[in-house]
Formats: sequence, structure tokens, C-alpha cells
Amino acid sequence: MTHWLIAPVVLPAILAPFIVLAARYHIGIQRVFSVVGVLILIMISGGLVWATSDGTVLLYQLGDWAAPFGIVVVGDRLSTMMVLLTVVLALFVLVYAISSGWDDRGNHFHALFQFQLMGILGAFLTGDLFNLFVFFEVLLIASYGLMIHAGGTARLRAGVQYVLFNLIGSTLFLFALGAIYAETGTLNMADLANRVALIGPEETVGIRVAAVLLLLVFAIKAALVPLHFWLPSSYAEAPAPVAALFAIMTKVGAYAIIRVYTMIFPPELAVTSGLHTTWLLPAALISLAIGMTGVLAAKKLDRLVAFSIIGSMGMVIVSIALFSPEGIAAALYYIVHSTLAGAALFLIADLVRSGRKNLDLTLQPPIAGAALTAGLYFAAAIAMAGLPPLSGFLGKLLVLDAAFDTRLMVWIWAIVLGSSLVSIVGFARAGSVLFWKATSVEVPEDAPISPAPATMSYVAIGGLVALLAAHTVFAGQMHRYTTQVAAQLFEPAPYISTVVDTPGKLSETTTEDH
Amino acid sequence: MELLIASAIGIMTAAGIYLVLRLRTLPVILGISLLTYAVNVFLFTSGRVTIGAPPVLRDNITTYTDPLPQALVLTAIVISFGMTAVVVMIGLGAFLGSDDDHVDDRPALPDDGSEGTS
Repeated sequence: MTHWLIAPVVLPAILAPFIVLAARYHIGIQRVFSVVGVLILIMISGGLVWATSDGTVLLYQLGDWAAPFGIVVVGDRLSTMMVLLTVVLALFVLVYAISSGWDDRGNHFHALFQFQLMGILGAFLTGDLFNLFVFFEVLLIASYGLMIHAGGTARLRAGVQYVLFNLIGSTLFLFALGAIYAETGTLNMADLANRVALIGPEETVGIRVAAVLLLLVFAIKAALVPLHFWLPSSYAEAPAPVAALFAIMTKVGAYAIIRVYTMIFPPELAVTSGLHTTWLLPAALISLAIGMTGVLAAKKLDRLVAFSIIGSMGMVIVSIALFSPEGIAAALYYIVHSTLAGAALFLIADLVRSGRKNLDLTLQPPIAGAALTAGLYFAAAIAMAGLPPLSGFLGKLLVLDAAFDTRLMVWIWAIVLGSSLVSIVGFARAGSVLFWKATSVEVPEDAPISPAPATMSYVAIGGLVALLAAHTVFAGQMHRYTTQVAAQLFEPAPYISTVVDTPGKLSETTTEDH
Repeated sequence: MELLIASAIGIMTAAGIYLVLRLRTLPVILGISLLTYAVNVFLFTSGRVTIGAPPVLRDNITTYTDPLPQALVLTAIVISFGMTAVVVMIGLGAFLGSDDDHVDDRPALPDDGSEGTS
């Protein structure tokens, strides 16, 4: 049993209090510990990806107590891939936060950042539904603090909406967990997968309600229409590095949908037939359409990026809702792409804001360092809108290909392609107003000259765009890997037997009594 | 007993949902508190209602109540309690800053988008 699997949860959990307690007044020390912590996390996550890439399922039993009574942390291909994606994103976000000075505009940015990482990584690694709830709460509590970092009335008001919406989501989650526990008597995911399959066809009411409640919770997290209302305001008002980190939070919802609805409630399961397999796809198509329409309709750049996140989540869920290995593989490829592209766009929006003090899509004098910012915006917008040559195009192609044989193929193709066109127009309009037409505006004589952004800010965003380019160049390898991930998801027997059958402390004397 | 608990959960949930749909911060927070009370009782009963039975192993006792929901409820109570405190503080900050405690986006507010999000 390897102890490394718990390290992505434990390391930030130790670093965060250390930063609060020992380095409270020294932003320099906080920065060093935060960056070094994330670098170590990247190395550990890389090791975990390597260890699970051959299909091994890593299991860590806390306190050596066996599942389902003990708490387990499980790493398979999907979990470790998401963990690596999170920490790589966190590094670039952190570099941007430091170089732009965002972390110094309020207290405890780095401590909250580490707690946020702890929650996200824990949610990806846990093998237990109740601990998924606990890690959701950890990442939410940290995100409440990060969301209102640096204060301001507009941000606090958006923060209230964000917190209230998520509190309702947490309450729903608890209702779902209570219903599942009442029906099955366990909350361990692998054990649940075994027991849900035993439920007879005549007593499915409780478990069907639980499955739908759980899907609603994850749909709130994934900002699926009509549960997306919390996202535009809170992402637009959040500090830019925080919004960029939040780009992974919607993917936590997508991850949970993939995990629960391939293992516990697989599409061929009779007791939940006709629920998520029927209704998830239309909802995802509507979110795709509404998100991309929002891109065209937005009057401010930050709202535009927030709506593009909703649209890209719609695309991810469309692909997941096919519930086929090809669909999940395409969804995972697109998740990596949209996380990086969304984060880059939020950071670029902040570069624009630092130059012109607002993000209204109206004609204003050009910003300092406009050429480089415009270039990055161009690349990130191409990626997000899904134009060749960047990875958004390939991801979209994979989704369309996966949907080719399905019943709703015409609808999927029409909405995916139509919404792409709308989003291209939206991004092009915003870019031309912000960067191109701005050069024709007379600069007033007494206009204050805002300094150009720091070089490291460009390095952070350039790094994200470079990762997008690498995601495109190595698309063959990436897609092969996500196909393997999806294959493992649709063969859950090794995962389940690893979790349930690995003995722990006192296992030989325990008599199972269901 | 089951009827009493079930109707208590139902009434608290209904009242909570009504209050959550209000427009001002305080009723919404109260509504969420009611919802969390309801869900705590619900979680508690998810291990079946047993009267007078201990949750931990004792000598000479054959019937036990399920201890796991009690542990779950304890976690849920702590988390919801802390969350409520956080949202009260943020809501108070927003109210003091803008002199307005509506939870929806006000179109008249400066520096606020009008994409119809609420």
C-alpha cells in the first residue's frame, strides 16, 4: 500500500495552516511556500499518473481500516489525470496571482489557495460519497474566501449569491446521501455499485429519487442549464486568478457525474433506466446553446468568458451524456482543453482590466501592452471557440465523432456546430472592440498612463496557451490515454474488487453482516 | 413515531423552500437553516428509527441502532453551522457596502451586468 496517494490531500492541508500561523505577515515567505508546495504536488501527481497509467488501481486505507467501514482514497487513471490537471493549472494561476499582485490585495490568499487545492484534489481521489461531500465543502469554504478576496461591494454581493446557491446544493447533496444510505446501507462507491445492482425491480422508488438528487447536485457544480445561474456573476466578480482556478471547479462536477454514473448507476442498470440516460443530453445541449449565446450577448469581457465556461461545460456534458467509451474519452480530452482555455481567458480579461479599469465592450483607448495581450486573446479565443488549429477544434471533432451513431445525432451536430459559429462571432466582436478598433480612439491628453503588466503575468498566460498547443500537437497520445481512461471506467470490476476485497486491520476477525 | 418525524421533515423542508425563494438575504439564510435542520433529521432517520438502543457495542445487549448516520449528522451539523456563519458575514458585508440586502442582481446598481442572471 503506497502512502503517496494521500499526499495530494495531506500536503496542502499541512501547508495552509503553516502559512496562516507562521508566515502571516510575510507575503514573500507565503509565496515561496505556496509555489514550492504546488511544484511538489506536480511531481507527486506526475508519479501517481505514471503509477496508474498501466491500469493499476491504487488504494489507500486510512488507519488501515478496510472498506466499506474505513475511509478509502482510490487512485485510478481518471482520478490521477484530473489531479495532475488541477495542480498544473494551479501552478500557472499562482504565478499569475503573484506577478500581478492579486495575492497581496487581501489577507490569506495563499492559505485559502492551498485549502482550495486540498478540497479539489480530495474530491478527485476519494472513494466514498460522504467524503466527496466533505471535500466539496472544503473546496467550497475555501472558494468562498477566495471569491471575496480583496473585497468590494459588487464582489460581496456576487459572493452572497454564490454562497447561497452552493449551500442549497450542499443541502440537496445531503438529502441524496441520506436517501442512498437508507436504501443501501453504505456510502462507499465500490460497495454501492455492488449493492445497487442487487435492488429488485419492484422497490426502486428510493434509489431513483436518490440518483436524480445526486445528479442535480453535480449539475449545479457543473453549471448545467437550468442550474447555471450562480456562475456568471460569481466568476465575473471573482478576482481573476481565483476565477481561473474556478475553471477546474465546474470540472469537479463533471468528474463526479462520470464517476457515479459509470460505476454506481451505469447506463445499463435497470433500476435507474430512463433517468439520466434520457434527460442529461437535452439539458447539456441547451446549456451549450445558452452558454454560447451568452458569449455573443455579453456586454463585458468577464461575463463573456463566464458564459463561454457554461458553453464548454455543456459540450463536456453532451459528450458524457452519450455514456459510451468514445463519448467519455472525448469528454476527458475536452475537459483538459476547456480548463486550460477558460483559465487563460480569465487571466487575459484581467490583463485588459488592469489597462483600462473596466471590461465594458465599448470603444476605449488601447491598453498598455495591447499587442501581446491581443495575441494571447486571439490564441485563447480560437481555442475556446473551437477553430482549427488548436485543441478546441480537435475536441469538438471527437465529440461529433462519438455522437455520430446515436439517436440524437442530428440535434447534437446541429447545436454543436451552430453554437460554435455563434461563439466565434461573439469572441471576434469582443476582440475587435477591445484591441483592433481601440487604436482609432483618440487618447485624451491628461489620461493617466497605466503601467504594462508584469512579464511573469505573460509567462503564466503564455504557459497556459503553450499547454493548449501541446494538447493539440500530442492530441494522438492524449486521446489514446483518455480512451484507456474511458475503457477502465466501463470495466469497473477491478476498481470495485480492489476497494472491497483488500483486507485491512482486523479484517480476518470481522464477520460481514449486511 | 415515523409519521411524526416524516411530517416534521416535510414541514421544515416546505417552510425552508418558501423562505429560500424570498428576495432578501435574511429570509433566505433562515430558509437555508431550516433546510439544514430538515436534512439533519432526515439523515438521522436514514439509519431507521430505533428507540432506546445504544449505537456502540455493550455487554449483554443484542439490538443496536446504526451509528453511522449519527456520525454523518454530526459532520453535517458542523459544516452547515459554519457555512451559515460565513454567509451571514458575507451578507452583512454586502448589505453594509451597498445599503441593499436583495439577493438578486439589481439592474440599477452600477458596475453590474444586465444579462438577466439572478
